[in-house]
Amino acid sequence: MVIDLQNISFKYGSVNVIQEITAHFNPGELVSLVGPNGAGKTTLLKLISGTLKPSSGKIYIYDQLSHNLTNKKRAVWISMVPQNPKLPDEISIPDFVMLGRNPHLGLLQWESKKDFRIAHKSMSLTEIDYLSKRKLGEISGGERQRAMLALAITQESPIMLLDEPTSNLDISHQIKIIKLIRKIHEQKSGFGVTILAIHDLNIAAQFSDRILLFSKGSIAADGTPKEVLTKNNIESIYGSEVTIITHPEHGTPVIIS
Amino acid sequence: MKSTTNTNDQDLVLPYKYPWNKITIGIIIIFICAVIGVAVGSVYIPVTSVLLILLSKLNLFNGSIELTPAWHTIIWNIRFPRVVLALLVGASLGISGATYQGLFKNPLADPYLIGVASGASLGATIIFLSGIPFTYGYFSLLPIASFCGGIVAVFIAYLISIKSNNTHLSTLLLAGLAIGAFATAITGILMLRSDPDLRPLLSWLMGGFIRAQWSHSILIMPYIIIGVSFILGYSRILNTMQLEEYYAESLGVNTEKTKRILIVSATLVTAAAVSFSGLIGFVGLIAPHIIRLLWGTDYRTLLPLSGLMGAAFLILADLAARTIVSPIELPVGIITALVGSPFFVYVLLKTKGSTVDGY
Repeated sequence: MVIDLQNISFKYGSVNVIQEITAHFNPGELVSLVGPNGAGKTTLLKLISGTLKPSSGKIYIYDQLSHNLTNKKRAVWISMVPQNPKLPDEISIPDFVMLGRNPHLGLLQWESKKDFRIAHKSMSLTEIDYLSKRKLGEISGGERQRAMLALAITQESPIMLLDEPTSNLDISHQIKIIKLIRKIHEQKSGFGVTILAIHDLNIAAQFSDRILLFSKGSIAADGTPKEVLTKNNIESIYGSEVTIITHPEHGTPVIIS
Repeated sequence: MKSTTNTNDQDLVLPYKYPWNKITIGIIIIFICAVIGVAVGSVYIPVTSVLLILLSKLNLFNGSIELTPAWHTIIWNIRFPRVVLALLVGASLGISGATYQGLFKNPLADPYLIGVASGASLGATIIFLSGIPFTYGYFSLLPIASFCGGIVAVFIAYLISIKSNNTHLSTLLLAGLAIGAFATAITGILMLRSDPDLRPLLSWLMGGFIRAQWSHSILIMPYIIIGVSFILGYSRILNTMQLEEYYAESLGVNTEKTKRILIVSATLVTAAAVSFSGLIGFVGLIAPHIIRLLWGTDYRTLLPLSGLMGAAFLILADLAARTIVSPIELPVGIITALVGSPFFVYVLLKTKGSTVDGY
């Protein structure tokens, strides 16, 4: 088991954002977290990444209590693409992407040629090589998202967490990025775990192995896209009527309103 | 998004190169500034004589030097110690300024403006007036007392800027202003209550190198070396600290430890600078900003070059301070403020609208 969540809860003030969630993530899974706004998707990602500490319950990463991991060890195992962070305007895109090598470097160690090749490859994969002379303050929201993805890829960690990685992208970039995430995931040949919080149910259905449907801080349904994205589940949790059809090519569910 | 076939594929992500050539050029410029600084003054001494004395002191020249003893005294006992102290203090302020700016993600964080220097000078004043003998051979309590004062000031300023929950640029500066004013007021009270005979000795508080001696440079050297070593050691980590804290942590950085080490180191370096030269503002603002404009924000480049820039700037500022209205000497802090305040306004206007995280 790569990630093991045991009965975790998280309170923000007196509000229960996450309520007694138990879930396991196995090697090779690409999992989407879906659900209405405020259902706890982002919070769960932050709990797994160690940004937040659970109010109760335990999180194990590779059988080690997450709480006890050093930041460095956690960063070797987990990379994260946050949603809309404030980024320093003055840093160039290659310098930013290079920061992903930090977990692999000692205090007095600087990036080797190999590290630069890895960063360069991530920039090519995310198709931001044309930004090599630009600074973070000079690029669009979608380019920033791709730069953050490039940084996470550069980290070369088996676990990748992504919070709405396509929120600032147009439809063609959305599909490209999701396909890229899928490709990176598959390159880890069955060892990696990729978890993404995502709004778009159809993208989730098409590209995930497994979907967790969130409702008010709990997991309402957990399974393959077909098992989770049923008319009943969606109507009861999102509160709007939908029709489900089957994708003619992929056989995955497609939700239309 | 068309996949671009770039002919310069290998050049996209260039390996980082330490700026050895820029550092070398910087050292040469500082050397030239220093020689000019020694040569020029109320009595002009030819550059060749300055160089000859320097060479003979370094045992590189054994010929006889035709110098009057007065010239020798002026060069070796008055001007050289002064220029060397200005060099050390300028380098210290440049490096610590760049460090504070990186830590606080605030391009305006100067050791003087965030109250560290005032706190440090209060610490030094207390020791000075306490009557405790503070110099023992090559050890002095002054830098240590300055450090204590400085560290208290920076932590208060930092806590205020966190507590106010306001990440805007100005919070830290306003907190620093308040703490600086408070520390300066206490220093003033202590001075006025002190033995009138001691007061002239406190003139260093005004910021300047009038009383500079060789021993001053030797006394502050260890603290500068220790502090600067830690800062340069953490220079790559300081790059990751430009991200939001949780993001830096997700890249494996122990942000709390890094902040503690860097605040202590930068304050140690600032305190060493303040303890014999008093309050000199804006060097820590001007030097890093110019380097950043020219060569970007990588702290591995920014920190050493800011130090060199600060050193060259302060040697020249001191030269101006003692020659502009000669024979009267201005405190060097007046010169740095003259240059620095417009610069401050310029940086302020340039960063207007952007947040603290712009750096």
